[in-house]
This record gives sequence, C-alpha cells and structure tokens, in this order.
Amino acid sequence: MQLRERLRDYALPTLTFVLMLGLWEGIVVVFNMPRFVLPAPTAVWASFLRWQSAIWGHALQTLYTTLVGFGIAVAVGLLLGWLVGYSAVLYKALYPLLVAFNSVPKVAIVPVLVIWFGIGTVPAVLTAFLISFFPIVVNVATGLATLEPELRDVLRSLGAGRFQVFYKVGLPRTMPYFFASMKVAVTLAFVGSVIAETVASNRGVGYLMIAASSRFDVPLVFAGLLVIGAMGVVLYVGFAFLEGRLTSWAYRK
Amino acid sequence: MSNERAVASAQRSSESIAVAFDNVNLVYRAKDSSTAALEDINMSVGKGEFVVVAGPSGCGKTTLLKLIAGLISPTEGEVRLVGQRVRGPSKVVGMAFQNPTLLPWRTMLQNVLLPLEIVEPHRSQFRRERAAYMRKANELLESVHLTGFANAHPWQLSGGMQQRASLCRALIHEPEILLLDEPFGALDAFTREELWLVLQDLWLERTCTVMLVTHDLREAVFLGDTVYVMSKRPGTLTERSEVPFSRPRTLEGCFEPEFLEMFRRIREQIGEVRERTS
Ligand SMILES: Nc1ncnc2c1ncn2[C@@H]1O[C@H](COP(=O)(O)OP(=O)(O)OP(=O)(O)O)[C@@H](O)[C@H]1O
Ligand SMILES: [Mg+2]
Repeated sequence: MQLRERLRDYALPTLTFVLMLGLWEGIVVVFNMPRFVLPAPTAVWASFLRWQSAIWGHALQTLYTTLVGFGIAVAVGLLLGWLVGYSAVLYKALYPLLVAFNSVPKVAIVPVLVIWFGIGTVPAVLTAFLISFFPIVVNVATGLATLEPELRDVLRSLGAGRFQVFYKVGLPRTMPYFFASMKVAVTLAFVGSVIAETVASNRGVGYLMIAASSRFDVPLVFAGLLVIGAMGVVLYVGFAFLEGRLTSWAYRK
Repeated sequence: MSNERAVASAQRSSESIAVAFDNVNLVYRAKDSSTAALEDINMSVGKGEFVVVAGPSGCGKTTLLKLIAGLISPTEGEVRLVGQRVRGPSKVVGMAFQNPTLLPWRTMLQNVLLPLEIVEPHRSQFRRERAAYMRKANELLESVHLTGFANAHPWQLSGGMQQRASLCRALIHEPEILLLDEPFGALDAFTREELWLVLQDLWLERTCTVMLVTHDLREAVFLGDTVYVMSKRPGTLTERSEVPFSRPRTLEGCFEPEFLEMFRRIREQIGEVRERTS
C-alpha cells in the first residue's frame, strides 16, 4: 500500500520526464534538427557538463536574488494581506490599486529599476519581489475575509480584543491560504529574477542564457532553462513539504 | 422602619440578580430585509438560578443568549448582568454555542484550554500554571467521556463528541454565568441523561447561574429551577413555570407523577404557542 503510493508519487513524474526526454531526443535524431534550432537532450547535458562551474556560479546568483526577492514578498504580502483582509476600508482603498499594479508587465518595470539602481543584483531582487507578492496578498486577504463569524464569536464571547481575535483565529486560519500562495509565488519569483537578469545584469542564469544565445550556443541556453526548471521544482517541493507539515489540519491528515 | 427594610430588601434583590432584561426588542437588519427576532422581553434571573428556555425552532432562543453574551446589542431596551448594563462581551459569561465551533487547527485539549489563554487572571499566569490547567482540562474531558481524545483534532470526532468538548470549553474558566445553547442536541438519549447528571453536579458544586436552551422538555424539567416557554417569531416569553423538585434530582425521579405532570403542562404550553401563530 505505502510502497504503491511511493511509486505513484516519485516514479510517475520521473517516468514522464524520461519519456519526454526520449521523445525529444528521437525527434531531433529522426528529423535531423540542427543544433542551433533544437539541440538534443544529450547535447544539452554535454554542454551542461562542459560549462558546469560557470553555470553553478550563475545559478547561485539567480537563486540568491530569487530568494531575497521572495523573502521580501512574503513579508510584505503577509502584512498587506492581513491589513486588506482585516479591514474593509483598507480593502476598498488598496485592492483596485493592487490589481492595477499587478496588471503591469514586470518586464516594463525593469528599465525603470535600472535607472534607479543600476544593473546587477538589486533590479533582479526587486523584480522577483514585485512579481511574486501579489498572489500572497490576495490569498492571505481571502483567508482572513472568509473567516467564519462563528469562530470569531467564540473568541469575542470570551472578551477577546481585536488583536487577540486576529492572533488566535485569523492568523492560523490564513496559514493554508498562505502556503498555497507560497508555492505559486516562489516559482513566479524565479520568473522575475530571470527576466531582470536577461535585461539588466551581467550575472545569473538569465544573463548566461542571453550571452549564450548571442553566440548561437543553443545547447547552453537549454542547459540554463533546465537549471531554472530544476531549482523551481526543488523550491516548490520544499514549500509543499512545509505546507504539509504546518497546515496538515486543513487537509485533515 | 418598615420603609428601610423595603429599601434594604430591594437592594439585596438587585444584587442577587444575575441577568435582567428590560423591555428588550431585537430586530435583525440586513440590506433589504429586517427580521424581528425578539419582542418585549422582560425577565430576571437570580444568582445561582438554573433557567431553561424552550420554544419552537427559530423563535429567538439563540438570539436571547447572544444578547447576554454581549455579542449583539438590543435594538430597544436594556440587558443587565449583575446590575451592569451589557455593552459588550464580558468575562463573567461563558457560552457553549449551538454548533460546536471548535477551532480546527487545535486538538481537543488545546480547544478546551482556549478560554484560559484569553480570560484574566488565567491569561497572565497561563505559562506558569500550564500543568494545572492541562490537568483540569483533562478532568473535564474525562467527565464527558472524552478521555483518550485529548490529542485528536475536531474532524476526527463525531458531532456529539465535538459538542461535549465545546461544553468543556465553556466550563473551564468557571464563568459565573453559563450560557448553554442546546448543548446535548446531538447526543443519544442515554449519553444525554448521563450528562444531565454531570451538569447538575457541576452546577451544585459551583453555584453558578445557568441559562440553558433546549428542545427536550424532559431535559427542561429535569434540570431547570425555572422553565420559560417562548412563542414563535417574534419571540416573547409567554409562560414561566417554577420546578419545585428538590436537588440533586435523579433519573428515577423522571417517572414520578409530579414530574410527568409538569412535563405534560409545559408540553401543552408549547403546543398552544405553536398553534397560536400558525
Ligand atoms: N444574523 C442574523 N441575521 C438575520 N436574521 C437572523 C440572524 N440570526 C438569527 N436570525 C433570525 O432570527 C430568528 C431567531 O433566530 P435564533 O437563532 O435566535 O432562533 P432559535 O430560537 O435559536 O432557533 P433554533 O431552535 O432553530 O436554534 C430566526 O428567525 C432567524 O431567521
Ligand atoms: Mg438556536
């Protein structure tokens, strides 16, 4: 029983991944694709091994900017989400602004950030933050706004003040919403920092890919994509694990 | 001389009144509708009295308790607790809601401990007294036959078990005024009778004031010093009966002719109330 579940959880995604690589390799061989259009997975892997040490450095830079941006997004998102979810006035005042802001393509903001902060780490961190804080705000606010009045009454009937109601009921109640949004937000944060790196940096996987593509080194571009994908999956799984641990009550496990 | 005595006795009686309603009306207002839930409620409950309120569904019993708990305020009139006008929730009141409303992220034990984390003086000594509080919570859980479920989460328990835990939560901080909204509604007849005895013992021991809402008229007569019958919406208190049987009452007593007579009378009153408006 448990073995079967394990198999399903790990073997299945691995199998589909391997199948996809096989298909990809097959297509490249059968249609005899040129390397600069679509490199075979084996070529990508070879390129990865060849540039390994350089890729590590860039990957670490991207991971760093992503995590810092994401960390700020979590702090700001939680705070703003609580405020907006808690107070109807703030909800009315801030929500349209947040939606408008979220509709702006973040690539368009990067040049502005470059003007303010120059190229490098700062614009990447800020783009990661800007792109990933919105889902956190929306989720946390929803969690608070949909708090059952019955639960609030339990606390109120004991004479609890507003802050205590928030602390004992509102906060734990928003946690499942918060973790669900973290999983989305952390992958978005990668998108943000890579976008910024492609435009305004000389470090990071985004920069690596732009540099490689200008040399028509397409296998290296794909190696970069692979690295970003892998980091995204690892962080996603990490947060999914935390979620399972900290909010298991919401899933009744 | 006699005048003085009258004044003194009036003072004493105002001090010995736990809950008082003065011409209370309550209207629920929504966007485009308003529901008159309670009309012209006058009542006074003595300290240490066990009051039972019975009446048809939707007549405003829960609303009555919420007014005492300070969760809603009357549209007209005044509710007083121990002489003080109710302006909001107060720590002398403990309420067990009609739905168990346990916090799903807490275990049963943590749920029962919740009031102690909020109500003073327990709140400030919670850390220091934690062991004693946990013992007390466990004892309460034991008295309602929930031993062994202290570390379970609410969704792992049946509806009736959750209700019993919610009763423990209302009891743990020993409120002077205990509001119980159909606390045994989801229980089988035998468990229910057992819990009547548990509740009666607790009440005799603590001498707190209890207001209990129920649909079960045997329960009303068994537990109550005073039984009020409410009419259909808008709810008014139509009948008041005093139950004279001595304490502690026993389950065998439920088959005495006086008990059955009382039961029959109150049942008749509710029947009349139901017909009057429909
Ligand atoms: N929050 C609310 N908003 C509007 N109307 C309400 C609200 N709560 C209760 N009511 C109305 O007030 C009336 C009395 O409700 P209440 O919950 O006090 O009844 P009850 O006597 O406790 O009924 P039951 O025995 O079914 O629990 C009902 O008709 C209901 O429609
Ligand atoms: Mg009710």
